[in-house]
Amino acid sequence: MSQIDVGEAITRAHHEEWARVVAALTRRFGDLDIAEEAAAEAFATAVGRWPADGVPPNPGAWLTTTANRKAIDRIRRENNRDDKQKEAQLLYDDDPPGPLGVIEDDRLRLIFTCCHPALAMETRMALTLRMVGGLAVPEIARAFLVQETTVGQRITRAKAKIKAARIPYRVPCAEDLPARISGVLAVLYLVFNEGYLATGPDTDPVRHDLIAEAIRLTRLIRALMPEDGEAAGLLALMLLTEARRTARVSASGELVTLDEQDRGTWDAALIAEGHRLVRERLAARVAPGRYQILAAISAVHTSARDVRATDWSQVVALYDHLVRLDPRRSSPSTGPSRSPSLTARKWHWRPSTVSRTSWPAITPTMRPAPTCCAGWAAVRSRARRTTKPSSWRATPPRPPP
Amino acid sequence: MQYLVSVIHDSTELATADEMAAIDVFNDRLQAEGHWVFAAGLGSPSTATVIDNRGGEAVFTDGPFVESKEYLAGFWIMEAADLDVALKLAAEGSKACNRKVEVRPLLGE
Repeated sequence: MSQIDVGEAITRAHHEEWARVVAALTRRFGDLDIAEEAAAEAFATAVGRWPADGVPPNPGAWLTTTANRKAIDRIRRENNRDDKQKEAQLLYDDDPPGPLGVIEDDRLRLIFTCCHPALAMETRMALTLRMVGGLAVPEIARAFLVQETTVGQRITRAKAKIKAARIPYRVPCAEDLPARISGVLAVLYLVFNEGYLATGPDTDPVRHDLIAEAIRLTRLIRALMPEDGEAAGLLALMLLTEARRTARVSASGELVTLDEQDRGTWDAALIAEGHRLVRERLAARVAPGRYQILAAISAVHTSARDVRATDWSQVVALYDHLVRLDPRRSSPSTGPSRSPSLTARKWHWRPSTVSRTSWPAITPTMRPAPTCCAGWAAVRSRARRTTKPSSWRATPPRPPP
Repeated sequence: MQYLVSVIHDSTELATADEMAAIDVFNDRLQAEGHWVFAAGLGSPSTATVIDNRGGEAVFTDGPFVESKEYLAGFWIMEAADLDVALKLAAEGSKACNRKVEVRPLLGE
C-alpha cells in the first residue's frame, strides 16, 4: 500500500472512528480527559505504525484496542501517584438503561454531555468539535478566530466542570429529550452558521472547514436518531445551503444574492439529498419544527430553475408558518435580514402566477411527533398568543443565544 | 453527591407568605424524596460581620465581605445523583422561592 493510501486510510479512520473511540473510552473509564488523550495517542501510533505494518483489516477495532491500552497505561501511572484523586475524577453513570435502548450509542452520550445546557454555548461548540468531531485545538481556534489558549482553556474548564459538578454521561430521559436534542441541534447549527457567514473581521465569507464539520456531525446525529424530524430537517437545511456554496461567492469574494446566482453551479447531488430528506419529513405527516420549515423553504428555492420560477406563495406560506411557530425569534426586529431569498422575493414578488412545485403544503394540523409532545405543546401555546399576522419580512433563523 | 443551591436576591424584603408556603411544600418534597440535607434563610447582608484571624489577632469588620447588588439570601444543601437531577431540583426551588438560584457541587471527600 502506498504512503498516500495509508494517509487516506488514517484520515478516513479519523473521520469515522474518532468519536466512537472517545465515546467508548469515556464510557469505560468515566473520564473525558483520559478518553481524549488516549484516542489522540492511538491515532498518533497509527500514523507511526501503519505505513510500515500496513493498515489493519479493522482500523476501528485496532484504534479502540490501542487507545484502551494507552488509557490503562495512564491510569496505572496516575494510580501510583494518587489513587484517591483518580477515584474522585470518575464520570458518573449509575442510571439504569432507559426506554431509549434502541438509540443507545456511546457517541450519543458523548454528544449530549458535550452539549449540556450547564456549559456556555461557545464551550459546547468547542467541546463538541474536539471530542466528537476530533478537530485539534489549533484547528478550532483558527475556525473561530480566537487564540489557541482560549480554546484550550475553554475545553479544559469544561472537562473540569463535567467531572466536578458531575454532568452525567448519558442520553437524557424521554421527558427531557426534545429540549436536549434541540440544544444539540442548536450547537451544530451555530457551527454551520459560523462557517456559512463567518463573523470575524477580515475572514473569508465562507469557512468550509466548519461547514463540512457541521454537516458531518449532523449526519451522525441523523444516523443515531433517525426518528427525529428536526435532525433530518437541519441536515436538509445544511445540504441545501451548502449546495449553493460556489454560487454564493463571486470570484472577487463578494456574496452573490440568490436571484443573481448561477444555478448551473449548484450541487445537484446535495440538492437531491436535501430534497429527499424534506420529502421524507413531509411524508411523515408530523407537524414540522423550524429546521424542517427552513429546509422546506430551501427546497422550494432549489426546485426553481430560475428566480422567476420560484413558487413564492409557498415560500411566504412557509415563512408564515415559521413565524407562527416562534413569533419572538422570527420577529423582524431581531436583526437585519440575512436571507438572500427575502431580498429576491421583494424584487420579484409575483403571486400565484408561477407554476406549482411538487411540494405539498405543510399545515399546522399535522400531528406532533410522540417524542416531541412537550416541545410542540409549548410551541403551540406560544403560537396562539400571536394576534397579528406577521409581516413576510420574517428574519431567517437566528441561532438561539 | 451534594450540591449547594444558593438563593440570590437583590432586595432585603423577606419571602412573602405565598413564597414561604411554596418553599415549605418544596422542602417537604425534598425530604420525602431523600434529597434534603439542610436549608436556611439568611439575615440581610447588613447583619454580617467579617472576621480575619490570619494575622494572629482577630479583626472584626462590620458588614458583608463584598458589597454587591445581589447577595446570598438563603441556601439549600441537596443530595442528588448528578447535575441533571440537581438542576431540576434547583429549577423547582427557584420557582418555589421566586428567586434566582445558583448550583455548585460540594467537593467530595
